[in-house]
Amino acid sequence: MTSIRTPALTNNIDVRNKKNKLFLGFVIALSIITVVPIILIISNIIINGISQINFSFFVETSPDSLQAMTALANNETIPGGIANGILGTFFIVLVASIMAIPIGLMIGIYLYENQGRLYSNILRNITEILQGVPSIILGIISYLWIVKHITNGFSALAGSVALSIMMLPMIIRSTEETMKMIPNEIREAAFAMGAPYHKVILRVLVPTGFSGLSTGILLSLSRILGETAPLMMTALGSSVINFNITKPTSAVPLLIWEFYNDPNMVKLVWSSSLFLMIFVLSLNIFSRSIASKRKNGKRR
Amino acid sequence: MNSDKVTKSLLFSASLIVLMVAAGIVFSLIGGSIPAFKEFGLKFIITNEWNPTEGREVYGALPFIAGTLITSILALIICLPLAFSTSLFVAEYYKNTRISNILNALVDLLAGIPSIVYGLWGFYTLRPFIVSLGLSDQGFGIFTSSLILAIMIIPYATSLSTEIISMVPAELKEAAYSLGATRLEVIFNVIIPSARSGIIASYILALGRALGETMAVTMLIGNSNVIPSGLFATGNTMASIIANQFGEASGLKLSALIAIGLILFAITGIVNGIGKSIIKRFA
Repeated sequence: MTSIRTPALTNNIDVRNKKNKLFLGFVIALSIITVVPIILIISNIIINGISQINFSFFVETSPDSLQAMTALANNETIPGGIANGILGTFFIVLVASIMAIPIGLMIGIYLYENQGRLYSNILRNITEILQGVPSIILGIISYLWIVKHITNGFSALAGSVALSIMMLPMIIRSTEETMKMIPNEIREAAFAMGAPYHKVILRVLVPTGFSGLSTGILLSLSRILGETAPLMMTALGSSVINFNITKPTSAVPLLIWEFYNDPNMVKLVWSSSLFLMIFVLSLNIFSRSIASKRKNGKRR
Repeated sequence: MNSDKVTKSLLFSASLIVLMVAAGIVFSLIGGSIPAFKEFGLKFIITNEWNPTEGREVYGALPFIAGTLITSILALIICLPLAFSTSLFVAEYYKNTRISNILNALVDLLAGIPSIVYGLWGFYTLRPFIVSLGLSDQGFGIFTSSLILAIMIIPYATSLSTEIISMVPAELKEAAYSLGATRLEVIFNVIIPSARSGIIASYILALGRALGETMAVTMLIGNSNVIPSGLFATGNTMASIIANQFGEASGLKLSALIAIGLILFAITGIVNGIGKSIIKRFA
């Protein structure tokens, strides 16, 4: 610990108090500046997006450029919606979850059960490295593995694989952290009753840590829902609703990218962004509120 | 007891999947970039020409490495005072008050906004603003990208440093106050020295985030394959060249893009590794 430098204290107290106040002013001003872009971004998307949202926005597939151009020329609202994107996102994320969640939970539990072993430490470090890998690289990887060799073309599966590699480290970490919070007595009690290992996991550890586990899973979902770059290289996009795992599939972020690049459809960008933002943010806030409730419960 | 062994080996075999995925990523990136490195050797990293014309194909990664490093470091510099003030506001000046909870929640929201939405906002709001200031003709370029990146990494830089600043023991601060120190002196002589490594680590991890950001940068940097000549010049980052050109790439170009991916992987790995090791030493 560095000691307090005496020259500072021998200075005139008025000067020191002034400096103190000035710095507080800086901190408050800069904190306000930090908040400004947050409010600007969210209000900007809401104001621009709200007017395009209607019923057909959710149930119709995206228009082609020609339809949009005709509507623009006649001064009508652009027909169609983003149903193909919503269902595509849902489909890709569902497949990714099916792959990532069970494996992530199992590895998280494994890490908790084997604390301090060399293998666990290596595993934990590799998980951390994996968590830092930029999503675009996972796009390349999934392209090389799935698009080129398994589905022989752009496909929903390729998108899901890229997203599941993104989810995996987040779920592993949150599972291990959750398991650490469960009192050891509960586990020991279950073992003492003669419960087999898999029952201790399924009937004791998972239910006890349920809120922690679901927070981790929901947070990881909110992270991957808005991912665009890896999907561009894997799922590609599609103008129709598709539930075939080996075919190109659309997703909301992909549609935003398409609309953005097509001058005729640029208006749709805002409504789709609003939809995506609200969806991701509410998932994010919801999972955080579970987490904080759990914390407060512990304190009381 | 036999079922226990089955469960244990099941958990163990799940752990092998992570190892396989991680090894597979490294293996595939290296394997995919071999043609590019065979053709250009290590010169690939220091060549600044990017020419996909058939027959005269030359690929060099230097403009993109430079673009990535410049935008990310600039973003970190812009983000630093903002994130630092916010963490002091939340963890010291207004600790556990309603206003700091609101500020904290708002900053957390930033982490939830998808990258492409940042890109749109940057394109339609930030870019015209830069143009109206007369800083650049089109508004695309290094500065605009860095600005949007700075906003994007604020929550990552803030959350960890807030936590660490709030963990500085009250006894240390009180001892300094009792010696007659002002709050400012407590912050710079007690809080910052004792939380230093944690604060630095959180900025390094934020830098790691900025390095790999793709969509927002792709939409704002102007996508020219040259070493950026100034703050308001256009350029390209490693992530944005991959996002832009991967779709139509094949052969040598594809390999060059994968090689850029490998370099990006290595750089982010090193940066994150440094950040994580600082945290571990601190904890």
